[in-house]
Amino acid sequence: MQPFRFDLCELPGETEGLREEIRAFLAEELPRIPKATRAQTWSGSDAAFSRKMGAKGWIGMTWPKQYGGHERSFFDRYVMLEEMLAAGAPVGAHWIGDRQSGPLLLRFGTEEQRRKILPRVAKGECYFCIGMSEPDSGSDLAATRTRADKVDGGYKVNGTKLWTSGAHTAHYMIGLFRTNLDPQNKHAGLTQFLVDLKNTDGITIRPIKDLAGNAHFNEVVFQDAFVPDGMMVGTEGGGWGQVTAELAFERSGPERYLSSFLLMVEMIRELEKRGGAEGACEIGRLVAHLVTLRQMSLSVAGMLEKGENPALEASVVKDLGAIFEQDMPVRAHELLGIEPMVGEGSDYEQVLGYLTQTVPSFSLRGGTREILRGIIARGLGLR
Amino acid sequence: MNELQTILSDSVNGLLAERVTKTLVQKAEEGEFPAALWNEAEANGLTRVLVPEADGGAGGTWADAAIVLKAAGEHVAPLPLADALLANWFLATAGIEVPEGVTTLLDGDFTLDGGKLSGEASRVSFGRNARYGVAIAKGVVVLVSLDGAEIEHGINVAREPRDRVVLRGAAATAKKAPLPANAMRLYGALIRACQMAGALGYLSSQSVAYANERTQFGKPIGKFQAIQQQLAVLSTQAAACGVITDHACAQADKRGHDAVFEIAAAKIRVDDASSIATSIAHQVHGAIGFTYEHGLHFATRRLWSWRAEFGAGREWAEELGRETIAAGAGALWPRVTAR
Ligand SMILES: Cc1cc2nc3c(=O)[nH]c(=O)nc-3n(C[C@H](O)[C@H](O)[C@H](O)COP(=O)(O)OP(=O)(O)OC[C@H]3O[C@@H](n4cnc5c(N)ncnc54)[C@H](O)[C@@H]3O)c2cc1C
Repeated sequence: MQPFRFDLCELPGETEGLREEIRAFLAEELPRIPKATRAQTWSGSDAAFSRKMGAKGWIGMTWPKQYGGHERSFFDRYVMLEEMLAAGAPVGAHWIGDRQSGPLLLRFGTEEQRRKILPRVAKGECYFCIGMSEPDSGSDLAATRTRADKVDGGYKVNGTKLWTSGAHTAHYMIGLFRTNLDPQNKHAGLTQFLVDLKNTDGITIRPIKDLAGNAHFNEVVFQDAFVPDGMMVGTEGGGWGQVTAELAFERSGPERYLSSFLLMVEMIRELEKRGGAEGACEIGRLVAHLVTLRQMSLSVAGMLEKGENPALEASVVKDLGAIFEQDMPVRAHELLGIEPMVGEGSDYEQVLGYLTQTVPSFSLRGGTREILRGIIARGLGLR
Repeated sequence: MNELQTILSDSVNGLLAERVTKTLVQKAEEGEFPAALWNEAEANGLTRVLVPEADGGAGGTWADAAIVLKAAGEHVAPLPLADALLANWFLATAGIEVPEGVTTLLDGDFTLDGGKLSGEASRVSFGRNARYGVAIAKGVVVLVSLDGAEIEHGINVAREPRDRVVLRGAAATAKKAPLPANAMRLYGALIRACQMAGALGYLSSQSVAYANERTQFGKPIGKFQAIQQQLAVLSTQAAACGVITDHACAQADKRGHDAVFEIAAAKIRVDDASSIATSIAHQVHGAIGFTYEHGLHFATRRLWSWRAEFGAGREWAEELGRETIAAGAGALWPRVTAR
């Protein structure tokens, strides 16, 4: 018996109107954005675009209205996500708040935190970043060292967060800090905090260039940074459990298989120009994998809609999805043999240029391939 | 699962789990057809899932049939259960009464002339054991008795009979049916894909079970991370195949004969998965899995055979890819989301 359950899930017919609306919106908005920029999709940050999406009601779609949400179904949200990703919309600015931090605050945040922050997130004005990883704490998240020491009225934070995507544009970080130093109890000493990155002294954010030369993630250094009591998220010492729940959201979406979709489209466009049957077999295979991953991803969405916990299934989809995404530039190269380009060249060449350099991160971010497979192995009863 | 599906699942899995023993499969490979098991499967209605209730069937859908097909693959039943299930559906679709006894598919070149069928099919599943064959000749479904047929024995690498069947003016019952021209290959691909998904599920659970039993260096090999990672891969491949075959069946139910897209995708996906999965399953089993004595190969050899039947993955990929390129880059996403 397989430990996972992937029941088929068909999107309800009423989502189709929304899909059409989103396609019309994107047909207006996207042509001005170069394809190579669009290839960044959920890593590409564009505040003006996020505000437009907020105005449309496409951020915080499933959240309660009292917090600026729109009380729509997870299926509506799924349709919105997949349309944005497939078209290469620059949804990066609000992505983490919408996907992860908003739901976290809804679940564990205080009433004040929700009222103050969520409506602005839903408007596309307030952005989040995730402060989990550190220099000595990557896959081994429980090795977190950044300390939050109790002081009068709050906590004093010291330490370094690393690889923090979007910290340079974000208003808030959800930071995972150590509130209890007992080495016997690594997991129990972790607590999540909301950190106001724009109005807190003692925080230095230094962009780190990635291999492609883009500055998208950062080092965030805390030196006696004061975080008030009211900014704790959930319970003291409850950080580990909360983070685990959060990661289920982080791993469950269609962004885990669609990150290279633009390259697939450009490959087809190249082959179209050549006419004939060249590359048909390879494209057919990619289509088969695409369709399969979409059904798996939809199945996870169906579980979320039903209020079930698809953490294990999400790991399965993310692992398979990352293989698919990472394979795309390889397939493109094998099929067309065209050199990847940066800053000049055809759409195909530039999209290839961006993705060839970026795909190695797809099986690192959000939990490495090996960690995911470890989770799956535990699900299989091997650990 | 709905009520019919629960009944079907209990019935087919109960029957096959109990009766398809290693001895039975080995005997089948030596040429002894498990007739008693066939009779029971037929009596339980497993070959008539897609036949309307009025005609003595279960009146089921492809989603229901998938349960039987996957079980047939999972338990490596040495019977043409899947082929008969499809053959009987063709008959029912044409309004031809479904006969009792082993019925198989005649996937070949046939012509119907004055009610007599002539032609040949080169790789007929269990042809020598079948009482009847079902062919499709120019949109006409044809039922023939194989009593007087010329049958030349052949096998696939799983040692399942794949016989050459030649008919020369055999008396036939023929009726026109609303089936697409490629019905045999298309639905043949669907039944094999479902069987393969079942066999892949078996490889996954069997390999996990073995890794928990087999001890080396003082602990079960499943405790080694290298093995865990491989089994994780195997299980995700099996899961993907479960999903895409369910999807193809659901779309076949929903779209009538317009589910080529999904059926092609399913056959391609299970073909890809079978290469990865058979390799991992054997690696995890070590030498014992390479013996005839151990039953692992009953599933892996079937996968190696079935993946080439009714169009290998690469053939379907070629078709799907041609269409995709011809429709143009902009058409891909709308097409994927419309289905
Ligand atoms: C583009 C990008 C964006 C990111 N954004 C963020 C962010 O916004 N916020 C944030 O907190 N983090 C972020 N990260 C960090 C990311 O979560 C980590 O890279 C990841 O958790 C792995 O940690 P590491 O890089 O230190 O690698 P390590 O943990 O050092 O791993 C190195 C290698 O060893 C393997 N390995 C480690 N432990 C084991 C084990 N037990 N068994 C087997 N193999 C093992 C890993 O799988 C990997 O292959 C980002 C990373 C990237 C690449």
